[in-house]
Amino acid sequence: MLRMLLRRCFLGAVTVAIVSAIIFLGVELLPGDACTAFLERDAKGQMLENCRKDFGLDRPALTRYFEWAGNALQGDLGMSASGRKSIAELVGHRMKNSLLLAAVSLSVGVPMAIFLGVITGLWRDRPIDLFFSTVAILAMTIPEFVSATVLILIFSVWLGWLPGIIVTSASAPASEFFPEILLPVFVLAMVMMAHILRMVRSSVIEVMAGDYIQMATLKGVPYWRIVFSHALPNALLPAINVVALTIAWLLGGVVVIEVVFNYPGLGRMMIDAISDRDLPVVQAIALIVASVYVGVNLTADILTMVANPRLRTLNMRGG
Amino acid sequence: MSDLSPHVIPAETPAPKFLSGPRTVLRDVMSRPSGAIGLSLVVFHVLLALTSPLYVPYDFKTMNSMLMLMPPSSEHWLGTDHLGRDVLTRVLLGGREALLVTGVATPVAVVWGGFMGILFGLVGGRVDEVLMRVVDAFLSLPWILKMLVLIVTFGSGIEVLIPTLAFFYGIPVIRIARAATHDVVARDFISAAKARGHSRMTIIRRELVPNVLDTLMVEGAMRWSWMLLAFSSLSFLGFGVSPPTPDWGLMIADARGFMSFAPWGVLGPVIALSSLIIGINLTADALAKALGIDRAQKAPV
Repeated sequence: MLRMLLRRCFLGAVTVAIVSAIIFLGVELLPGDACTAFLERDAKGQMLENCRKDFGLDRPALTRYFEWAGNALQGDLGMSASGRKSIAELVGHRMKNSLLLAAVSLSVGVPMAIFLGVITGLWRDRPIDLFFSTVAILAMTIPEFVSATVLILIFSVWLGWLPGIIVTSASAPASEFFPEILLPVFVLAMVMMAHILRMVRSSVIEVMAGDYIQMATLKGVPYWRIVFSHALPNALLPAINVVALTIAWLLGGVVVIEVVFNYPGLGRMMIDAISDRDLPVVQAIALIVASVYVGVNLTADILTMVANPRLRTLNMRGG
Repeated sequence: MSDLSPHVIPAETPAPKFLSGPRTVLRDVMSRPSGAIGLSLVVFHVLLALTSPLYVPYDFKTMNSMLMLMPPSSEHWLGTDHLGRDVLTRVLLGGREALLVTGVATPVAVVWGGFMGILFGLVGGRVDEVLMRVVDAFLSLPWILKMLVLIVTFGSGIEVLIPTLAFFYGIPVIRIARAATHDVVARDFISAAKARGHSRMTIIRRELVPNVLDTLMVEGAMRWSWMLLAFSSLSFLGFGVSPPTPDWGLMIADARGFMSFAPWGVLGPVIALSSLIIGINLTADALAKALGIDRAQKAPV
């Protein structure tokens, strides 16, 4: 067990190391660098050379990579090319806002999704299942910007219940984002729920068809006890991984949502940085997002390992 | 698994269905409600994209300052946009670029990703282990970041979009194809082929590709819908199709600003884009069921 855990952690670290190399190499291979972006594209001659010296861009790529990666490990993400501010500081507020959006959506979406998934799975092919399964398919296939636009049209333009756009500044405390945050949360939670619901539903159906459930029914165990103590623990185990995949999806999907609602999060900062060709900021955000992705998947794998009784006993016997 | 006859291939490794009877598969897809609706939507959109320039009522780029943001009328069935252009014309034409780009990029992605996945699945060992870590690393970066960096640097013409989409959307296919290959590689007929002295390429072509094809077809249909989603999101964000070319994502982005007094501008492209993506997904769903591939447990990457 411990060996498996350690191996999994090691592989996660290797993946992050490879990502950092890909990010660095990618930016390195693209035409232009932080200086050409900073001084406009047609800058030439002495000025460009001075700037490169300033940024340390005249040194070999390998040295710069290890310096960048080493500093990033210690939480120092370098300076932005435009304005030359500390990236860690710039990213800080945005990160907090994105985490707020993700946390609220997750805490609304995950319990609801599991609840609805269990209901639709137990009552398969009844009207309630057909209804939620259809809504789930619509929610997961329609692009986020389309559903967001439609929701703004309904709730903000026609009904006037919620603001359709966020005007709160990036550095405002979390409490000031309510109630503006509700519509983006609604969109994110809907898509998230769709994926988790479908997974939980099919997992519940599969487990309920199992021999031991039939055995328990024949033994005369009450239905609700079969569901809660026999079926659910097994059915919900695979949900851990889907929740992880959904969080990973959030990291990309949130970018579009943030733009639609003008939400001051990490995703919009990324789009701005890419448009401004602020490469150090792009590199930093890419590294953060990729590390979160790997971290979330790693956590899910470890949780699945720890929670799965079959894996536990298997390894206690020395496997 | 319940079938005990020794001549039947074990149930956990089903025989290639598509190759043994493409017509049966198509009939199976059409016999399911999701398949019938989905495939009709897809065929409708493809036909529309191919023929719409022949019968659109107006020119898609003619602006008219007298007709800005007009509501639906007998001349302009879906009204006009903020530049006085006919919305119906632009909705009818708005899927052409998207279908062209994703229609070319999807098969390319499936072919290169599928080939790499099958090759690594067959070779295995150290090389495979290292390459899977690289694949993981690529997958851990959000698609939008990878795409945008390339588009901002090289432009957003179709000559950039097609290879970029084909490259990035081929990477997850590697994983799927590799996993499907692993299921097949351990079976006797592969050992037999090896014992006969067949080369790697022959084994891939004659034994592995036919067995992995079913999985790849379903994966291709899903990749298509995700690619379309990426394409229209990029247009929506202003990084994709450049105006005045009509495109649904771009039209939604433009019309959003006038939504409070001219909501008809968003509805047309919203319905068009959603119906195409839903159509592809329903088709993929029915195809997966017809081919006996369980897709319920997979979330998008």
